[in-house]
Amino acid sequence: MSTDEFIKGLWRENPVFVQVLGMCPVLAVTNSAINGLAMGLATTFVMLMSNTIVSTLRNFIPKQVRIATYILVIATFVTIVDYAIAAISIDLHKALGAFIALIVVNCLILGRAEAFASKHTIGDAILDALGMGAGFTIALLALGGVREILGSGSLFNVTLFPANFEPWIVMILPGGGFFTLGAWLLVINFFKARKAAQEAIE
Amino acid sequence: MNPIWPMYRALVGVGMLCGLLIAVVFQGTLPIIEKNKAEALEKAVFAVIPAAVSRETVELDGGEVYAGYDENGNLAGVAIEASAMGYADVLTLLYGYDPNSETIIGMQVLTSKETPGLGDKIEKDEAFLQQLGALDARVDDSGTAMRNRIVTVKNGTKTEPWQLDAITGATITSNAVGEALANSSERWIPKVKEWADEH
Repeated sequence: MSTDEFIKGLWRENPVFVQVLGMCPVLAVTNSAINGLAMGLATTFVMLMSNTIVSTLRNFIPKQVRIATYILVIATFVTIVDYAIAAISIDLHKALGAFIALIVVNCLILGRAEAFASKHTIGDAILDALGMGAGFTIALLALGGVREILGSGSLFNVTLFPANFEPWIVMILPGGGFFTLGAWLLVINFFKARKAAQEAIE
Repeated sequence: MNPIWPMYRALVGVGMLCGLLIAVVFQGTLPIIEKNKAEALEKAVFAVIPAAVSRETVELDGGEVYAGYDENGNLAGVAIEASAMGYADVLTLLYGYDPNSETIIGMQVLTSKETPGLGDKIEKDEAFLQQLGALDARVDDSGTAMRNRIVTVKNGTKTEPWQLDAITGATITSNAVGEALANSSERWIPKVKEWADEH
């Protein structure tokens, strides 16, 4: 067990900005910061539970049926999250819409179950899920925040600009998701490339 | 041992556990979810009948409408559900109908997947909502049909009280609102009017 299993998900192997996984929810629900946060937390919860169970049962599940079993486990926790969100807030449930049910096909979760949890101890699998979940949530917040500020002139529903600010509606439409993701990837890759170049010189 | 057995054991075992877990969570959250939905509907009913302070559900012709009463116990209006195909998925809304003045007095969107910033203007556009505060919905002389069918017209071309000025940039959603109101009013308003006259 090492803390690196947690830290790697935040930056070095960030699921959105580095692995570019799970793009469907990343682009679709991040039209406001609160939606991004809720989706990130829901995904983290599902990933934590599925990683824990997959890792616990890793010697019990035969190779031939592993994918089917993982999907079963993931689908169960997605359904639970769906009920839980509907119970917490109907409005949030309305805003996330079909994307809650679609967490089940988020390749990030199945990817972590297959590539990590099925080969590691429970402790490592939990740290991995928390790290990846945190990285995913941060990325969704980064996208949702930028899109909400530019597209609605607010952040977490708090208005930031005077009334004469004309919001860029395109930013909260699907196209805005691509623009924002592209901009973030540009920024992150710029810094990565610069760091790599510096290290090469040294 | 048969090599098939571990596969059955894993799939059936995990499947049963998952099924049990879902059943428990479903049972646990069901009352809360029902309560949330009822609260949302409750809020919408009072929003579309501004004068109402209490309400009751009325069973009418195989469906339900919600009658709202003011503080003197007089009928202040009736809230009726309506739906039509919007730009994305079905749009469902609740509108208030006042049988005394025979007008539609308010509208609230119940479920909508319309484009944010464009289609969802039907919930925010002041001028649009103002029209829905006083939309002609008279029943004809026979008492079984509407005198005029509610219709959405191009923005700025409204000439009759039963016409609805569309929102620029949200034409399809505006049309859906008009369509939903027209269909629902033809089905319900004559019956609601009859019911209201008896009470």
